Amino acid sequence: MNQWITFDWEALGANFWSATVDGLTFGGIYALVALGYTLVYGVLNLINFAHSEVFIVGAYAIVFTLTSLGFGPSVPNLAWYAIAANLLLAVIFGMLAAAITAFIVERVAYKPLRAKGAPRLVFLISAIGMSFVIQYLIFVWRGPNPEPSVIMFKNEAIFDIGGTLIYFDSILIVTAAILMMVVVDQFIRRTKLGRGIRAVAQDPDTATLMGVNRERIIISTFVIGGLLAGVAALFYVMKVPSGVLYMGGFLLGIKAFTAAVLGGIGNVRGALLGGLLLGLIGNYGQILLGSAQWTDVVCFVVLIIVLMVRPEGILGSNLGKVRA
Amino acid sequence: MSRSTKALAAVAALTLALAGCANNDDGGSDNDNSSTPELEVQTSIDAPDDAVSPAGDGKAECPATTTLAYIGAETGPNAQLGINILNGIQLAVNEHNEANANCQVKLRKFDTEGDPNKATGPVTQATNDENIIGVIGLPFSGESKATGNIFEQAGLVHITPSATNPLLTTNGWTTFFRGLGNDNVQGPAVPVLAEKLDADKVYVVQDDSDYGIGLATSTTEALGDRLAGSDKVTTGQKDFSATISKILSAKPDAVFYSGYYAEGAPFNQQLVSKGYEGIFIGPDGVKDDQFIQQAGDASGNAYFTCPCVPGELITSFADAYKKVSNGAAPGTYSVEGYDAATVLLAGIDAGNQDRAKLKEWVKSYDAQGLGKALKWDETGELSELPVYGYKVQDGKIVSVGVIE
Repeated sequence: MNQWITFDWEALGANFWSATVDGLTFGGIYALVALGYTLVYGVLNLINFAHSEVFIVGAYAIVFTLTSLGFGPSVPNLAWYAIAANLLLAVIFGMLAAAITAFIVERVAYKPLRAKGAPRLVFLISAIGMSFVIQYLIFVWRGPNPEPSVIMFKNEAIFDIGGTLIYFDSILIVTAAILMMVVVDQFIRRTKLGRGIRAVAQDPDTATLMGVNRERIIISTFVIGGLLAGVAALFYVMKVPSGVLYMGGFLLGIKAFTAAVLGGIGNVRGALLGGLLLGLIGNYGQILLGSAQWTDVVCFVVLIIVLMVRPEGILGSNLGKVRA
Repeated sequence: MSRSTKALAAVAALTLALAGCANNDDGGSDNDNSSTPELEVQTSIDAPDDAVSPAGDGKAECPATTTLAYIGAETGPNAQLGINILNGIQLAVNEHNEANANCQVKLRKFDTEGDPNKATGPVTQATNDENIIGVIGLPFSGESKATGNIFEQAGLVHITPSATNPLLTTNGWTTFFRGLGNDNVQGPAVPVLAEKLDADKVYVVQDDSDYGIGLATSTTEALGDRLAGSDKVTTGQKDFSATISKILSAKPDAVFYSGYYAEGAPFNQQLVSKGYEGIFIGPDGVKDDQFIQQAGDASGNAYFTCPCVPGELITSFADAYKKVSNGAAPGTYSVEGYDAATVLLAGIDAGNQDRAKLKEWVKSYDAQGLGKALKWDETGELSELPVYGYKVQDGKIVSVGVIE
């Protein structure tokens, strides 16, 4: 064998801008899923390992909705506003399905254990259990293959920046991800429910004494995480029209969880930063090292370095510290 | 036909032709790319007259415990290949048992999900069952590599209908037989097919499986200086944007994806949606209807190489197959599964009813199968074999005949 690792700076230079745009696009999707991990962690100090399945249920709902609206493997022959209306309908169903799944996960895997005061490790296991239960329920129902692909629209190049074509879907996804993040951030800073979430994150016992309904806050964070996962699912299906299968959420879930930790788990802005960074790092690393087999290695090396310097993630990890 | 209708027909034909041209002009990104030569589609293949039938002479006798097994994917991301094989086997066993009242061979199934990490369990389970005297499997190269020693120790003969990594026959296993040509046959067929399609520069993308790596190596060698570049992806990957951006700047005439359809389909879909207008070539692991389902309209640019016989073109086989598959037509490796099962069933009928005898039977086997002649050398390889070319036409995979 010759060299087992080579650095292809020339390829990175030649593909820098397209790698950047694509990295940000997938990073936006990671970020939206990462929010679900971060919110639940902020409030409960627990990782919801079933969140990847919340996401994939949303993706199924979107594919089913679009298929029944007549979308399929060909670019739909519809005006842009008709497509937009259809996608809006699909994302509403996706958000609903994901939110309901998140609600059920909380009711089945978290609430009964919380009522009994179970140790933290038990929640972790019950969430992993829920993750498998949902995966294999889908498997039994839909079989081993992904759903047939659903093409949403003809993806046109909008800009040409120095030879790099910027496609419509990238612009849509990155803009929407940032927008959603601002909405969630403002929601947590400014609304009554947001104040309750922050209060429970800071000190659950005191918050309860002050009249905050802790159970309601917890269920709300699960549902908000689910709604965001539904939006992420729309963009995921847009980018990967044939990626919806029973285990399809698993890898993406790990990426999103990593993004949340990288940005600072429990921190809403950290989720966005972590997601976008992870998308970029993965893409640069893959081109530089000439193989997607390095993508995850590069991502995790960066994660470890960041955590060595800043153990709480780039932006710190406390949801409760956010000031209105 | 009166004169006026003739004239009308001529006008209509002319209009259609013009409309066709117009369509080509604005929608030329699909498979009607005018620079790509059309390959002639094969429509039927005659079954060889001397092919051994699993039914035999109908006079076979064997103990009621006689069992064959299929070990391979029934579930998992690449399950469809396993299901194609399993249906072929089931058909052979059914035909055998219907004809031979005194020899009812049982077929047991063990699911590996096609995963090398999960395959040792089912294989150990099968080798521990004394009633199992012969196995069809395992379908994939990685899992075959991981479990070959277990078969060897148990002295249990197994014929793989689809594992094509060349290194599998270099382990000294005496129980391993390969029912088709390996990647050393398939790799060199890629540049030949590309040449037929006027594709000069070929970009090679490989996944991280034993199969993908082996095939990419032999293809790259065969391409020589026609290689436009190469990149590596991983199993389970869904975002191929980095690889695609490298491909688009290399501007190849064709992209060869060395791996399975689970990644190959989304890869090609994303490639085409980013404006790639060249040809996509996949090996046998990509050639499946699932590829078309998952890649959607993007699959119109796809061609395949495969050491597999197009079973759907053998009418008698296709009709019988549909009865065990709930109406689905034979898929990739259905014929190979059927032929492998037939070899073992013929052995049982000839009185080879324990593991040692059945192994010797396969070793000295020399007869015509439905797909091809079956005779193995010392290592368990068949003599050199034809590779078929396939393409996607109107949402279906059709054979374009042997690549020579």
